[in-house]
Amino acid sequence: MTQQQAATTEPVNNYASNMSNEFLTFRLGKEEYGMDILKVQEIRGYDAITQIANAPEFIKGVVNLRGIIVPIIDMRIKFMLGNAEYDQFTVVIILNVSGRVMGIVVDGVSDVISLGMDQMRPTPEFGSVIDTEYIMGLGTVEDRMLILIDIEKLMSSTDMGLIDQVIN
Amino acid sequence: MTKTILAVDDSASMRQMVAFTLKGAGYEVIEAVDGQDALDKANHYKVNLVLTDINMPRMDGLKLLEMLRQLADYKSIPILMLTTESSNDIKAQGKAAGATGWLVKPFDPKRLLEVVHKVIG
Amino acid sequence: MSTDLEQFYEIFFEESSELLAEMEACLLGLDVSSPDLEDLNAIFRAAHSIKGGAGTFGFTDMTEMTHMLETLLDRLRKGELEVRSEMVDAFLRAGDVIKGQLAGHRGDGAADPVATAAVCEELRKFSEAIYASNETADITTVKITDSAEVKSITSEVNDATGAAALNVNPALTVFSIAFSNEGVSPRAMDNLLSNLGGMGSLEKLILSGDEQRSKLLLKTNSSEEDIWEALAFVVDPANLKIAAEILMSTDADTLTPDPTDEFEAVPSLSGPPYGFFPGAPAAPNDIENIENSAATTGSGRQVTSSHPVAQQKDDKAAATAAETSSIRVSIDKVDQMINLVGELVITQAMLAQTASQVDPVIYERLLSGMNQLERNTRDLQESVMSIRMMPISFVFSRYPRVVRDLAAKLNKQVELKTVGENTELDKGLIEKIADPLTHLVRNSLDHGIEIPEKRIVAGKSAKGTITLRAFHQGGSIVIEVCDDGAGLNREKILAKAKERGISLLDGMSDQEVWMLIFEAGFSTAEVITDVSGRGVGMDVVKRNIQSMGGRIEIDSAFGVGTRISIRLPLTLAILDGLSVAVGDQMFIVPLTYIIESLQPTASDIKTVSGHGCVVQVRGEYLPVIALHEIFNLRPHSTEIHNGILVILEAEGHKAAMFVDALIGQHQVVIKSLESNYRRVQGVSGATIMGDGKVALILDTAALVMASQKESVK
Repeated sequence: MTQQQAATTEPVNNYASNMSNEFLTFRLGKEEYGMDILKVQEIRGYDAITQIANAPEFIKGVVNLRGIIVPIIDMRIKFMLGNAEYDQFTVVIILNVSGRVMGIVVDGVSDVISLGMDQMRPTPEFGSVIDTEYIMGLGTVEDRMLILIDIEKLMSSTDMGLIDQVIN
Repeated sequence: MTKTILAVDDSASMRQMVAFTLKGAGYEVIEAVDGQDALDKANHYKVNLVLTDINMPRMDGLKLLEMLRQLADYKSIPILMLTTESSNDIKAQGKAAGATGWLVKPFDPKRLLEVVHKVIG
Repeated sequence: MSTDLEQFYEIFFEESSELLAEMEACLLGLDVSSPDLEDLNAIFRAAHSIKGGAGTFGFTDMTEMTHMLETLLDRLRKGELEVRSEMVDAFLRAGDVIKGQLAGHRGDGAADPVATAAVCEELRKFSEAIYASNETADITTVKITDSAEVKSITSEVNDATGAAALNVNPALTVFSIAFSNEGVSPRAMDNLLSNLGGMGSLEKLILSGDEQRSKLLLKTNSSEEDIWEALAFVVDPANLKIAAEILMSTDADTLTPDPTDEFEAVPSLSGPPYGFFPGAPAAPNDIENIENSAATTGSGRQVTSSHPVAQQKDDKAAATAAETSSIRVSIDKVDQMINLVGELVITQAMLAQTASQVDPVIYERLLSGMNQLERNTRDLQESVMSIRMMPISFVFSRYPRVVRDLAAKLNKQVELKTVGENTELDKGLIEKIADPLTHLVRNSLDHGIEIPEKRIVAGKSAKGTITLRAFHQGGSIVIEVCDDGAGLNREKILAKAKERGISLLDGMSDQEVWMLIFEAGFSTAEVITDVSGRGVGMDVVKRNIQSMGGRIEIDSAFGVGTRISIRLPLTLAILDGLSVAVGDQMFIVPLTYIIESLQPTASDIKTVSGHGCVVQVRGEYLPVIALHEIFNLRPHSTEIHNGILVILEAEGHKAAMFVDALIGQHQVVIKSLESNYRRVQGVSGATIMGDGKVALILDTAALVMASQKESVK
C-alpha cells in the first residue's frame, strides 16, 4: 500500500489539455491498463463494504469515504478476469469522474508513468476485454504495452449502471 | 491612534457600505442595527464618531441621539444623522436631540469620507 | 478611495426582497377601518429603507417608486389622510412593480412599464386627493415630491463628485426661501435681493401679519448651495430655509404656490447634501465663523427650522418590531458545518464503542470524559442543525396575497387563517414546500370554497375560510390546508377517475377515493383554468411532497369541507431510526413508521395460498415483508417466529417486517446514495454507523405499499 500511495502523490505535470500525459497503470487479468492520473483521487484497501440489494454482481456495494457514500465496482467481475478474491492486498482505486466519486477494484496497481506523444498509438482493431469505444489508444514503455482507457467515458456508460438514466 | 466610528443603520446594505468605506480609509467601525443595539454598543466601546440612520425599528435615531447625549462619554463627540429625510423638520428635531450635523442619503462613499474627515480628521 | 458599490448589490437585493415581503405582509394584515399606527410605520419604514439603498446604489427607478410610496405613507401615518382599501391595493401593486424593478437589476426580469405607469398614476391621484382635501396646500404640491427627487439628482450632477452620473440637465428649479429679517439692515437686504435676482427671476411673497419674515421664490438654474452661499453671510442661518419646489422644465407655469401656504407644510424637500448645526457638540470649527454663533460654527450650509414641528411622537412610535441582530452566512458553509458535525458524531460513537471495552475502574476518568464528549457532541449537533431551521411563516406569508388576488378573480369571499407560523422546519424543505402548498391553497379556493350565493343557500356564512396550520407531531412537521367548502364528492371522483381511465378497485375506502385526485391524469383537464395554475396537476404536488420524504393525506366531508395534510420530516439531514439486522447487514428503519416490534409465535403466522405470509397481530392480519427476500440476503433464520417483526404503518396501511434482530435506536445523518450512485429500490438513503460502516435507510413507505399490492394480488 505504501508504495501505491506514494505513487499517487507524485506531482502531476501541468498540461493545458484536460488530460495529463501521466497515467496510473494497473493490471486486470493478463492485460496492463493505464488511466489518466487526474481522474484518480486516491488508492485504498478493500474493507467495510455494505452490499446493495439487487445490484449487478460487479457492484460490490458502498463504503464510507470520509463521510461520503461511494460505490465500489469490481472490474475483475465486470470484465470476467481473474479470481475476484478479497484480502489485505486487494486494491481499490478511488476515481473522481464527472463530479462523482467511485471506487474500482483491480488486480493491482503498478506505477505512474509519463508517456510522450511518440509513445502513444491509436486504438488497434484487436479485441480487448474492454470495448474499443472506451479505449483511447495504446502506450508503449520499453517492452510493456499499456491499454489506455477513457475511464470517465467507461464509468459513465449505461453499461456500468452507476447513474440513473434520465429516461424512465 | 485609530479612530472608532459607530455606524447605525437597520439596512444591512447601507451599513456594510458605510463600514466598508470607512474601514478602507483606516477607521475602526462598529456596526449597530438599530438605536437600542447602538446604545448597548456605545457603552462597550470608546467611539470617536457616531453615524446614525433616523428611521429604525426598536429605537430610532432621534431617540438614540437623546440617549447618547445623556452619557458622559458621548456629551461632546460628534454625532451625524444619515437620513433620506432632508426636510428641515427632521433636521430641527435632530438638532434638538443633540446632533452635530447631517448627511443626506443617498450619498456616495466619497461624500461620506469627506464629511467624516471634516468632523474627526 | 474607490469603493466599488457593486459588491453591496447582492445584499441590497436580498434586503429589499425581505423588506418588500414584510411590506406586503403588513399591507395585507392592515385593518383599513382602523389602521394600526405601528403597521403604517413598519410599511413606511420598509419603503423608506429601500429608497435609501436604491438611492445609494443608483437604482433610480426604484428610488422614484419608493419615494412616491413613502410620501403617501408618511401622510397616512401622520393621520393626514385616511387609509382606503384602494390605496392598499395600489400599494400592493407598487410593491409588485418594485419587485419587478429589483428583478431587473438582478438581471432576471423587468418591471412591466404599463403597470409601472398605472401604479404611478394611481399613487399620484391619491396624493392629489390629499391636497385637494387640504385647504392650506396647493393641489400642485404633489409634483413637488417628484421634483425634489429630480432636484437631488441634479445637484449630484453639478457636484463633481457625483457618482450617479445621470443624464439630467441642470434644470430650472424654483426655490422657496424663507428667513427672518431680524438684524438685517435694509441696505443688506437690498443687496441680497439684487444678488439673488442676478441668479434668476425672483419673486417676493408678502406674508400677512409677519413683518419679521421674508419669503421669496427664486426661479433659477443655480444650485441650492449657491443660494446658500449668497444668503448665509447676511441672514442668520438658524432662521433660514431654502427648499426646492418645482422643476421648471415640467409644469412651470401652472405651479405658482399659493402664497398663503404655510411654509412648514412643504414636504420633504432636499437641502444641501450635508451640514452641521451651529452650536452643536463637536461640530467642526475650521469653517468660517458666522456672527451669532457662540462656541461652535457651521459652514454656510447649515439649516435649522425656525418652526420645529412636533412630530417626534410619530418617530418614536416607529420603534416597534423587534429586530434581532443576525449575520448572513452562505448555506454552503452551514451545510459544511452540518457535515462536519455529522462526522464528529460518528467519530464520537466510534470512540465510545472502543472505550466501552476498557476496564471502567482503571479508566474511570476516560469514561467520564467520553460521557461529557457525547453530551457536548449532541448539543453541538442540535444547535448546528437548528441553524438551518426556519419558521414556516416564510412560506405562509405569501398566501394572504395569493388568496386575496384569487378570491377577487373568482368572486369568492375568503378569509385566510394561519396557525402555527412559528413552527420551524429545514430551510431546504421551506424552499420546496412553497410550490406544492401554493397549489393546494389555490385548489381549495378554486374547487373547495363555494361562491357566496351557494354558501348562503347551504346555510353557511358567505365568507369561506381557508386555514393553514403547521405543527410538530413526533419527528414530523404536519402542514394542513383546510377549507370549509363543498368537500369532495365520492361519486363524482369515481366517475371522473373511470372516465380518465384510472384503474379502480371495488370497495375503495373514502381515503382511497380521495387520493385519486392525486393520480396522474386525474386533475389536469379541469385544472388548466388560469386559476389553479399552469396546467400542473395534483399528481405533481404529490410527487413533490414524496420527493421530500413526505406524505399527503386527505380528509373530507361532503358539504362541510376538506383537509389536506402534508407530513414532512423535520429536516432533510437527520432521522430517528431503529437499526435492524438481517444476516450480516444492517438497515435503518425510520421511527416515524414504526408502531411496535414483537416476537411472533408460530401460530400467529399464516401462509396464504403458498405464496407470501400474513401474521395476526391484535386481531388484524398484516402482510409480512421479508427483508431477506427483498434484498436477497441470507438471514440467520427464515422462520418468522425465530426472528422479530417490526409493525409498520404507512399511508394508512400496516405491514409486519421480518428481521433477524433489533440493534438499537439512533439519530442518523442522512447521506445520499444518489450523489455517487443511483436510486435503489426499497432504499431511501444511507448513513454511516458508529463503526464507520455504511447502513442503508429503508424506504419504509414504498415497502409497505409494495406489500399491500402483493397481498391484494
